[in-house]
Amino acid sequence: MIPELGHFALAMALAFCAAQMVLPMLGARAGDARMMAAGQPLANAAMLSVLVAFICLATSYAVNDTSVANVVQNSHSDKPMIYKITGTWGNHEGSMVLWVLVLTLCGAAVAAFGRDLPSVLQARVLGVLGAIATGFLLFILFTSNPFDRMWPPAPDGQGLNPLLQDFGLALHPPLLYLGYVGTAVTFAFAVAALIEGRVDAAWGAWVRPWALASWAFLTCGIALGSWWAYYELGWGGYWFWDPVENSSLLPWLASTALLHSAIVVEKRGALKIWTVLLALLAFALSMLGTFLVRSGVLNSVHTFAADPARGVFILAMLGFYIGGAFALFAWRAPSMVPQGVFAPISREGALVLNNLLLCCIAAVVLVGTLYPLFLDLVAGQMISVGPPFFNLATLPLALPLIAAMALGPLLPWKRAALWPVIQRLWWAALLALGGFGLALALTGAKFWPALGFGLGLWLIAGAATDIVDRIGLFRQGARIALTRAKNLPRSAWGAAIAHAGMGVTALGIAGMGLASETLVALNPGQSTRFAGYEWRFDGVRDAPGPNFTARRADVSVLIEGQVAFVMTPARRTFPIGRMTTTEAAIRTNLMRDLYIVLGEERDGGAVLRIHHNPLAPWIWLGAYIMALGAGVSLSDRRVRVAAPNRRQAAAAA
Amino acid sequence: MSDLTPRPRRRLLLAAPLGVAALGGLGFWYMLSGLQNGSFNPRGVPSALLGRTPPDFTLPPVEGMSHPGLSSADLRGLARPVLVNFWASWCVPCIIEHPQFMALQAEGVPIFGVSYKDRAEDARQFLSRRGDPFTRLGADPPGRVAIDWGVYGVPETYLLDRQGIIRWRYAGPITAEIMNEDVKPLLRRHA
Repeated sequence: MIPELGHFALAMALAFCAAQMVLPMLGARAGDARMMAAGQPLANAAMLSVLVAFICLATSYAVNDTSVANVVQNSHSDKPMIYKITGTWGNHEGSMVLWVLVLTLCGAAVAAFGRDLPSVLQARVLGVLGAIATGFLLFILFTSNPFDRMWPPAPDGQGLNPLLQDFGLALHPPLLYLGYVGTAVTFAFAVAALIEGRVDAAWGAWVRPWALASWAFLTCGIALGSWWAYYELGWGGYWFWDPVENSSLLPWLASTALLHSAIVVEKRGALKIWTVLLALLAFALSMLGTFLVRSGVLNSVHTFAADPARGVFILAMLGFYIGGAFALFAWRAPSMVPQGVFAPISREGALVLNNLLLCCIAAVVLVGTLYPLFLDLVAGQMISVGPPFFNLATLPLALPLIAAMALGPLLPWKRAALWPVIQRLWWAALLALGGFGLALALTGAKFWPALGFGLGLWLIAGAATDIVDRIGLFRQGARIALTRAKNLPRSAWGAAIAHAGMGVTALGIAGMGLASETLVALNPGQSTRFAGYEWRFDGVRDAPGPNFTARRADVSVLIEGQVAFVMTPARRTFPIGRMTTTEAAIRTNLMRDLYIVLGEERDGGAVLRIHHNPLAPWIWLGAYIMALGAGVSLSDRRVRVAAPNRRQAAAAA
Repeated sequence: MSDLTPRPRRRLLLAAPLGVAALGGLGFWYMLSGLQNGSFNPRGVPSALLGRTPPDFTLPPVEGMSHPGLSSADLRGLARPVLVNFWASWCVPCIIEHPQFMALQAEGVPIFGVSYKDRAEDARQFLSRRGDPFTRLGADPPGRVAIDWGVYGVPETYLLDRQGIIRWRYAGPITAEIMNEDVKPLLRRHA
């Protein structure tokens, strides 16, 4: 009964979304206020219907309803309840339902928070969001229905991929979807602006919070995925340039660019066409990621069970939304008049540079990911592009980007001189150079990690300079500075925090460049010295779990002969699906990670792989600091009361 | 900036995203239809070399390793079927398939390796850390030989029978399932 209810709720959501696509759009065209007003209740109704469907699916998973094919393929009665529920979105069908749920939630949010929006713009945005949701609901109902029944019911489920039975990975998809779907909202704003034929400062002010929120979620999602790969896969690496990773990085790069160019639209009314294009691109790239991952055209270890028939459907949707939006762009953008003149050296100029470099990096990653596919198609030649290409090609673009990141926020709008800014940053430059030199000396002339330390310090010091400068800490004394700090716009704090977060990530990556590891075979009681610690292997024992059996090793870590702590790396064997996973033991003190992987066992002894990863946690810490910066910026007063801006801007213009 | 460009050119520029997206879409559509009728396969299972001997090549050994290198002469007149595996230390799926090769090597099946676009030092480290399943190991830093073989990406594995004719090819990691369901039956059939 519950699956049928869910199926019905999906069908009902389709009806609501189709109406949400048509009515407000027609209303906006005809100037009919009642039709435009229909958008809000329809968006809420669609959201509630998808929510009901999602709850029904989660319930089927929770009670392990073995008459539902999707549950049978992906779940098992022995699984802990938390992973039964997270298993709802650990598969293709369920994740699509979650995707649409997030999309309709955003629609409802535009309906609720967007009361300050002009009703025509809001109606069009809701219409576009309705159109996107309609496409995805059709996709779910026709090619990947999660509520399909099977007869006779299976005795029990076939289990979930044990790699996915993990808390980090349970949170990873919802965060990424929040990010992807956030790009759908900015896309809707861009399409609405193209239909309207008008982009002004107020539009920039409305788009920016959505871009910020989606960017923050993408950042968290990518960081969580990378962290998961780090601790669960047991390879000690954090980024592999895998096509699936790349396809989440691409929308991140585009929305980082969008975030910055939207500032120029908001403040100076320039770069309008470019910003609209970026909003379209960010969504196009997140859709492309969905297509690549789910159609089977890419060869990756992460992919869902691929199905070309689904691929055709997604491609058709892509053609409709992306092709349609680009056609609209080609048609309407020429009539938008470029405005806002500025000198190359100015805040606008710095933001343009940021956009150029970010887009170049995105282009490099996109080409690296797709080139093998297209070359195969066009020339029948098969080649492979691996991390060597990506590292080589993105580094020369990332270096100037980071160098300019500290300069940009200090430049004034319209017209600036570089020299005074460099003068204000002298201490940051000194710190960076000092860090670089010190790292070179201490690490035995390892150039790239040392450069990473220098750049990380440069970013953090640059962000600090920005804040110190704005509040006039050294010019006006602490009391005045404190008041000014309180009155400083939150967006300025947010930008500084986010830039410093990037610096922290750079430091973490540099630290990982100094990581060392060793492989030892030890018998119980034996010990080895590595990275300044003594590691004593105390033995391996059985450790049964709810739906797996495990072998767990005890490794005592000794400092000066005293046991400081015990680490327990394990290997889990899942009888259902016959898979083994490594559970690395990680001990962190935030300055370094000690990381042990249990290898094979030989006559009582065991092989241990021990890693010493300096500053590794900073990689993800930095990402969360960046997201925190976005959060601080979102709490800015201007974001909350953006509405009157259009009237003011219109009056000013 | 852009108001300096003449209007038709600006119009063309603004239509460029549509053109790129359309071309990309067309390419993807061909890939998908190829996927369905089997002419396009990212795992590249039907190789042009199936049923033929591999192209002529000579690869030097990996520096600092005791293994001999690999050349096409080594692949003729074999005592038993062999596997030829293209891999790299930077390749994540190669780590997944590695235990299968260690087990197979313990059963006495010769596995010839080609170190693809890799530094000798990294390749050595990879093997000393995870075990070394190879009897011969050629170094192909520029990836030229891999192109002649039609390698799609690493890891990629070929099975050659006793006459040195390529009988089977798999792009992607050899998981335990593929080892048991494909590789081992083939090894028995061509033994």
